[in-house]
Amino acid sequence: MSLVSVRNLTRVFDVSKPWLNRVLERLPKRYLTAVSDVSFQIEENKVYALVGESGSGKSTIGKMLVGLLPPSEGGVEIRGVNLASEQDAKTIDDIRSDIQMIFQDPYASLNPRWRVGDIIVEPVAARGGDTTGLASKLLEQVGLAAEDAQKFPHEFSGGQRQRIAVARALASNPKLIVCDEPTSALDVSVQAQVLNLMSDLKDDLGLTYLFISHDLTVVRHMADTIGVLYLGRLVEEAAPEDLFTTPRHPYTQMLLDAAPRMDEIGREVEPPTGEIPDPINPPSGCAFHPRCPLATDICRERRPELRYVGITRVACHHTDAA
Amino acid sequence: MSDPSLTPIHSETPERPLSEPVLSVRDLIVEIPTRYAVLRPVDQVSYDIAPGEILGVVGESGAGKSMTGNAVIGLLDRPAHIADGEIWLKGRRIDNLRRDQMRAIRGKEIGMIFQDPLTSLNPLLRIGDQLSETILEHLPVSRAEARVRALQALDEVGIPAAAERLNSYPHEFSGGMRQRVVIALALCAEPSLVIADEPTTALDVSVQAQIIALLKRLCREKGTSVILVTHDMGVIAEAADRVAVMYAGRLAELGPVAQVLKTPRHPYTDGLVGSMPMASAGKERLRQIPGSMPRLGSLPDGCAFHPRCPRAETRCRQNPGPTLGADHGRAACWFPVGEVS
Ligand SMILES: Nc1ncnc2c1ncn2[C@@H]1O[C@H](COP(=O)(O)OP(=O)(O)OP(=O)(O)O)[C@@H](O)[C@H]1O
Ligand SMILES: Nc1ncnc2c1ncn2[C@@H]1O[C@H](COP(=O)(O)OP(=O)(O)O)[C@@H](O)[C@H]1O
Ligand code: SF4
Ligand code: SF4
Ligand SMILES: [Mg+2]
Ligand SMILES: [Mg+2]
Repeated sequence: MSLVSVRNLTRVFDVSKPWLNRVLERLPKRYLTAVSDVSFQIEENKVYALVGESGSGKSTIGKMLVGLLPPSEGGVEIRGVNLASEQDAKTIDDIRSDIQMIFQDPYASLNPRWRVGDIIVEPVAARGGDTTGLASKLLEQVGLAAEDAQKFPHEFSGGQRQRIAVARALASNPKLIVCDEPTSALDVSVQAQVLNLMSDLKDDLGLTYLFISHDLTVVRHMADTIGVLYLGRLVEEAAPEDLFTTPRHPYTQMLLDAAPRMDEIGREVEPPTGEIPDPINPPSGCAFHPRCPLATDICRERRPELRYVGITRVACHHTDAA
Repeated sequence: MSDPSLTPIHSETPERPLSEPVLSVRDLIVEIPTRYAVLRPVDQVSYDIAPGEILGVVGESGAGKSMTGNAVIGLLDRPAHIADGEIWLKGRRIDNLRRDQMRAIRGKEIGMIFQDPLTSLNPLLRIGDQLSETILEHLPVSRAEARVRALQALDEVGIPAAAERLNSYPHEFSGGMRQRVVIALALCAEPSLVIADEPTTALDVSVQAQIIALLKRLCREKGTSVILVTHDMGVIAEAADRVAVMYAGRLAELGPVAQVLKTPRHPYTDGLVGSMPMASAGKERLRQIPGSMPRLGSLPDGCAFHPRCPRAETRCRQNPGPTLGADHGRAACWFPVGEVS
């Protein structure tokens, strides 16, 4: 059984104007579908990466996975337990403590008035667990010093703060960590430290990651499986080697072509056309059709289903041509 | 001044631009007096930019990239100020100009593009008016002519249905379209230099590719020089002719982009390039630079990189690294990578 099984996950936000404006200006209600019918599985001790541009639904999926946001439809099963429908309080509590989240901004995610030691053990203390010696152990595990427990977050650099966030995530001995752009706010040289640390911890502790990022080179380095999102939908899922050597979806192809590459000095890029459409009124059929070089009539009319091509999953009418 | 006997001999000397540089920065020092100490966010920075050249500036956040750019355009926030050095624009010294003289140069001689396009746009003005006013302010043209040029400028940066969009307000554009408008604004008075400070950092990969391609094309066509400040090595590799690597307020390395990225000389550049999870590399551990860049208030003695440097020796702890001049040497380092010491 997979550790995580995401089934038909959908999240709709009501983005209507306030009631009074709506009545006065005779506006209809407006809905934004941030995540639409997304299904995937994460195997134990593997890294599943979600990539996509801003607004593609990565963080929304992450939040639904850890239970910070309820799905509108579909659901998440962790070890076969659906958090949204499970009744047994003890089971829910156990599963919850098995999942932790690390956020992008190591400045905003740590309470500035708390000492680092208290921040780190909080997830355990909140559940009445034993925290003796825990902070020192975790600090050393993430490459900081036991004495750092007495300091405050502002005394640390960005990379060190992200280590503190990792230590906090590890406190409850989780199985799964959802990492939402964990290194995007860090400088490259520091990013390498944090990525190495995350890889080591995964191997040492048998962790499983949902790794969210918009940086393709980081994702390629970290992931066992990559899911590509466009406007809230999974458009391709593949192993890193396959995705980078033979991208099947035209959007994946476009992303790979557009990403700046350090090894191609002076490369002249033929930049992609268009921008991500308004998610409130997405294009008909395949949402990528206004930007897609392969689009035909069927693409404007019918939405392509996600289907298998070998072990890759891809949602495109003309994928064999891609 | 540093002791000349300590200046290292470098095996390679980058070619000097043949034509008169558009911009020359000489031994620039920016200081910020605080209650406890005088901070130096920019310390003895020197470089030249040739006409039509794109000079990339990279480095970690806080390295002094923006401060250097702001010093050039005379936009340092008090109490930060130029404490020493000279800045020359097309043969004219500009670091000692009065505020109003500098104002006339900004927009006319030097265009600016910042990370957040909204800082350059007036939210209350239609973009057609903003463009026309900038053109009128800097070029001797009639109001009608300015309007025509505004339309051309919008068209050039790839705004669809430009004629209609002249009447739109900034908030009616997407982030990528706004940045196009800012580029139009920066280039409409035909400046000889554009300073683009993290122009694509807030944008998505596909829009970033569009904006970079646009900047490259326009500057090539118009012969405009660009200082492209970014922390993204990929963007540098694709867009820049030469690259300046900054660390803790100093220039660590300066040279043609292929040389610097492929055969870095400064141990910091070497570490930075090596720590990139490269598209071609596999799953093995990334090379990492230990520690992090020191804060301005607590710079170590000697070479500021020495606590993190694998090549550091006694000399590095005692003497600041050699200063990079505009015309000699690639790396500000006593023991550059790939050179026998
Ligand atoms: N609470 C909310 N209310 C309304 N809309 C929301 C809310 N949260 C997210 N959205 C919208 O849902 C879509 C997906 O957002 P999400 O934050 O998941 O994107 P993302 O892929 O994480 O993007 P980024 O790369 O910018 O972090 C976006 O269009 C966003 O504006
Ligand atoms: N107003 C200020 N007061 C004190 N320090 C400042 C101020 N503005 C910038 N700095 C410091 O100057 C250094 C250089 O900043 P900056 O040029 O913005 O870096 P970069 O653009 O490379 O990220 C940093 O250490 C920054 O913290
Ligand atoms: S379904 Fe059609 S429009 Fe969509 S990605 Fe495939 S070819 Fe392009
Ligand atoms: S001067 Fe010394 S410490 Fe500084 S970068 Fe060179 S070798 Fe390293
Ligand atoms: Mg997000
Ligand atoms: Mg900056």
